[in-house]
Amino acid sequence: MIEISHLTKRYGDFTAVNDISFEVRPGEVLGFLGPNGAGKSTTMKMITGFLAPTSGTVRVCGHDVQAEPLAAKARLGYLPEGAPCYAEMTVRGFLEFIADVRGLRGERRRSRLDDVIGRLALEGVLEQVIETLSKGFKRRVGLAMALLDDPDVLILDEPTDGLDPNQKHQVRTLINAMARDKIIVISTHILEEVDAVCNRAIIIADGRILADDTPQALAARSPSGRLDEVFRSITQGARGTPPATDAALEAAAHA
Amino acid sequence: MHNVAAIFRREFASYFATPLAFVFIVIFLILAGAFAFYFGGFYERGQADLAPFFAYHPWLYLFLIPALSMRLWAEERKSGSIELLMTLPVTLWQAVLGKFLAAWCFAGVALALTFPMWITVNYLGDPDNGVILAAYIGSFLMAGGFLAIGACLSAATRSQIIAFIFTVVACFLLLMAGSPMIVQVLGGLLPQAIIDALASLSFLTHFQSIAKGVIDLRDLLYFGTTIGFWLIANAIVLDMKKSD
Ligand SMILES: Nc1ncnc2c1ncn2[C@@H]1O[C@H](COP(=O)(O)OP(=O)(O)O)[C@@H](O)[C@H]1O
Ligand SMILES: [Mg+2]
Repeated sequence: MIEISHLTKRYGDFTAVNDISFEVRPGEVLGFLGPNGAGKSTTMKMITGFLAPTSGTVRVCGHDVQAEPLAAKARLGYLPEGAPCYAEMTVRGFLEFIADVRGLRGERRRSRLDDVIGRLALEGVLEQVIETLSKGFKRRVGLAMALLDDPDVLILDEPTDGLDPNQKHQVRTLINAMARDKIIVISTHILEEVDAVCNRAIIIADGRILADDTPQALAARSPSGRLDEVFRSITQGARGTPPATDAALEAAAHA
Repeated sequence: MHNVAAIFRREFASYFATPLAFVFIVIFLILAGAFAFYFGGFYERGQADLAPFFAYHPWLYLFLIPALSMRLWAEERKSGSIELLMTLPVTLWQAVLGKFLAAWCFAGVALALTFPMWITVNYLGDPDNGVILAAYIGSFLMAGGFLAIGACLSAATRSQIIAFIFTVVACFLLLMAGSPMIVQVLGGLLPQAIIDALASLSFLTHFQSIAKGVIDLRDLLYFGTTIGFWLIANAIVLDMKKSD
């Protein structure tokens, strides 16, 4: 379970994330939708404990991320935006390092490594230096890293960004396959992705939550039943206005 | 502790992932030897000791250690891998310590590879090996001090070049703090107590006193606190700047 309460992040005068609260339960695949600069990555960085919030709290599996960072981080798998890696390492060396840091030993270590290597089809590139891999493979290495300790909570920041359609499809299939018992939060600005993998969507713009519903219910807000129209009317209508209430959303959808 | 070890191993291995490590070691060995023979008059002195060899270590380190430390954090910040590292279940401290120890060990390897100098003096004469051991310890401690400064300044920027330049400047000031030149210049300006305090902060003074063969607790304490101080600063800077 992720519990986010009145989370705010300011950079100087600029408020990147503005008093957002929500919860995510096991089995939910939450799509975090919003235009560029909406505050998606900033929110994820606070959930994963990389950034300290200006105010508000995040609890992951009952552990406050600021007060008990190690306990929270042990339950989290995180793919940062752009999937940064240690480029000079081999795929095997990198995964072994993650296994070391996550304290995986013995039989479980072997089975977890085998699992992620198989799941992400990395057998063929294990001895290759990450730097020399294609973008699709680099992303898979990043996902393998996030999945290695079989985390309860998976936070993926634009996991399909920059991938070709086939690679996007592979990543989505992978997420669907894991969705049952985990909490998964993926950020994206690609709407079809939400339809393809999420059972819940939060639309965020200018650091505020503008909508929180199932993708189907959101799409139904537009007369055409298309999610992209709803997204456009909600996010553009919200620019510079106070937090949208559901009533305002209804109005926007019917306008 | 296993986290410090894991980070240490990764970092230490990363030096050898590129030819950089070998280039560094070769340059260090060549310069260390060249300084001792040409400027130090290693042979001409007709004395079997390594004093001319160690005398140039502070100046060698002034440029070589910042080259070693500049990438420690600047590279992680630039590539974004710091976000990965800091969201793994490791503490800031384990990361700071693991990386510092890896760099220090690497410097130790480079220093240890100067052993042919030691064999040479033992072949040529009958040196006091106790003094030589002390000088090696002093040199290693001094390298640790430089590295701790470099690690901290590397955390303050994404640019390795800027980290390098700032580290050279900071190390130069710390080296020179006790030199006769600075003492004379400041002599008329500041009270003696402050000048003495400044001089007591100098790397040079403490290194030279160990290199004479006397391992004084005060000198050990000096290097220990210097390293500790800069590593704490490293952790603080990192915490402030990691997400910029
Ligand atoms: N370190 C920072 N300093 C100042 N502003 C920042 C910083 N990081 C992000 N921002 C700003 O915060 C806003 C939200 O950014 P981000 O969370 O990355 O958006 P998203 O991931 O939704 O595209 C953007 O306007 C961005 O420019
Ligand atoms: Mg983003």
